[in-house]
Amino acid sequence: MRQVLDPFFALATALRQAGFAVSPDQTIGFIEAVGVLGARGINDVYLSALALFAIPPERREEFDAIFRAIFAGQLVAADADSDDDDIDAVEPTDETIEIEVEEAEEPTGDEATAAERLAQRAIQTDRDALRVFRDQAAARLPRRLSYRRQRSRKGDRIDLRRALKAAARTDGDLMVLPQSRRKTRQRRIVCLVDVSGSMKDRSDALLGFAHTLVQSAEKAEVFTLGTRLTRITTGLQLSDQDAALNRVAQSVSDIDGGTRIGEALQAYLAVPRYAGFARGALVVVLSDGLERDDPAAMIDASARLSRLAWRLHWLTPLAADPGFAPKTAGLMGILPWLDDLGDGSTAQAISDHVLGIARAA
Amino acid sequence: MSVNANIAGLHSPEELKAALTDAQYVASPALATSAYLSLALSKPLLLEGAPGVGKTEAAKALGGVLGRNVIRLQCYEGIDAAAALYEWNYPRQMLALRQFQDSEVNLYGTQFLLERALLTALRNPTDTLLLIDEIDRADQEFEAFLLEFLSDFTITIPETGTERASRPPVVILTSNRTRDLHEALRRRCVYHWIDYPDPALEAQIVLTRASTVADATAQAVVASVNLMRAEPLAKPPGVAETIEWAEAATLLNTQGAIWPEAFARAIGVAIKDQDDLAYLAPKLDQILPGQAA
Repeated sequence: MRQVLDPFFALATALRQAGFAVSPDQTIGFIEAVGVLGARGINDVYLSALALFAIPPERREEFDAIFRAIFAGQLVAADADSDDDDIDAVEPTDETIEIEVEEAEEPTGDEATAAERLAQRAIQTDRDALRVFRDQAAARLPRRLSYRRQRSRKGDRIDLRRALKAAARTDGDLMVLPQSRRKTRQRRIVCLVDVSGSMKDRSDALLGFAHTLVQSAEKAEVFTLGTRLTRITTGLQLSDQDAALNRVAQSVSDIDGGTRIGEALQAYLAVPRYAGFARGALVVVLSDGLERDDPAAMIDASARLSRLAWRLHWLTPLAADPGFAPKTAGLMGILPWLDDLGDGSTAQAISDHVLGIARAA
Repeated sequence: MSVNANIAGLHSPEELKAALTDAQYVASPALATSAYLSLALSKPLLLEGAPGVGKTEAAKALGGVLGRNVIRLQCYEGIDAAAALYEWNYPRQMLALRQFQDSEVNLYGTQFLLERALLTALRNPTDTLLLIDEIDRADQEFEAFLLEFLSDFTITIPETGTERASRPPVVILTSNRTRDLHEALRRRCVYHWIDYPDPALEAQIVLTRASTVADATAQAVVASVNLMRAEPLAKPPGVAETIEWAEAATLLNTQGAIWPEAFARAIGVAIKDQDDLAYLAPKLDQILPGQAA
């Protein structure tokens, strides 16, 4: 009997090795499921595995490769679809060389194209400015009303449950009216970091701030905008900053690439799950807003973002200059949609700005 | 492994698929298999997918097939146990307290308890189907609470004691994936990702749900909706929009509108976002169906 089950256990093991979270319960459930269907064919086994191991859609291809390897005896190729994973990089000599790209944690936007050179650099940040942010985040980040209620001496509603308990003690007479008010919760903060070439000198400081934000806020999401859109929240959840930034450097393969803020923002809004993060949130864009081509896409995306978000703040490194005024067509165009255009030149400036946003719930 | 009584009379995913089709829901083979497994193994079914792919509809159709009342718990941010489980009827308790001032009264009798969705499902596990809709909107605390509820179907009411379901109820959870659910919750469930149906299936769905629509119209609308979904829209049309658009265009056509114009006039049924309409406006000629008579 045991030998019949071997491939089923092998599948669970292979999935675990590939980084899928597989519990023993799920393995047992999977084997039971195959039993229920009567194993009429390999398709039943496949569907059972998909359903019981709860494979998310974006990892389906990876799963398929592993499944084929176990049940069809094929070897798992290092990358099941090698055509998509390699990017042609054009050298100045016009020779084409294939470069292996690290698999990103999250689904990313379009692959970086030939002209956009991939550069992965060690990232270092200025830590002192961020310690203050970490200490004050809980007290100063914006909050919103929650549906939950708490006891309060000056509430806006009578707490009937407690009133009744009090009345039961005094034979139905009410001596005091206990009250409750709505609790508040920290708002989600969505931070969109521009890592294109023109922001090259800043990306260390910006990603350092993003790491501190994820570490100290209750709910935060961080994305990099470059030639692609990459969600880096997961990488930033590592508490050690060096480890986290190394991991981000590996998953973001387009640092210092070209500038397509508009397209990256459009890509962000086109994924319903990501757009949902921005709903009711404080959205902070860290970018110089220098769009190489037509800024229409950037303006349109900013307009849509501002309608989703509670507040949309754009912090540009150029604003550190006292004589700064938005003069490019892009910045002028997005101005009507911004709640604030501020200084994003250093981690210190960004921290101060975010901590200074009114806490109005 | 004994066959679970929940699927009495259904011996395979194919039979379940046929029964769902009779209930006006056209399911893909993969969805039918997941639903069948969830019933056979007595595990909750977790349906994830973009808004409008028919997750809630699937739950309702399954309730119809099993002959169970669908009890829907709509999640929202801040939903708590009181809204999902039970609440005491305080005004009635207060009245009773004043009425029986000098005698004993049990303030926590069943007549004062207001059942909410989870408690109702727990007390009637054989004739209800519990639909926990849009679980991704609820917050982490509620998810943790739900995990506990789904693991042993036991509820403790401090004032009266513990209640346990005599059998695991049939539970379906849906999520639009506005956030990632906790791994533990996903593990406890049989999972299925509902994608937009392929064109052939979607045309079949339109014809099943909208009796007035002609075959050619359904094909044309589906092709057009698929072009729309390929664009970066804020609100891509879901399956419900496809059906309504086909119906609306057909209605306008019977009232005398010529074909391409009927589709254009009814486009507000398919695209419900001003920005999306503005974005599509220059491309409408390529996207709208041509002759579909």
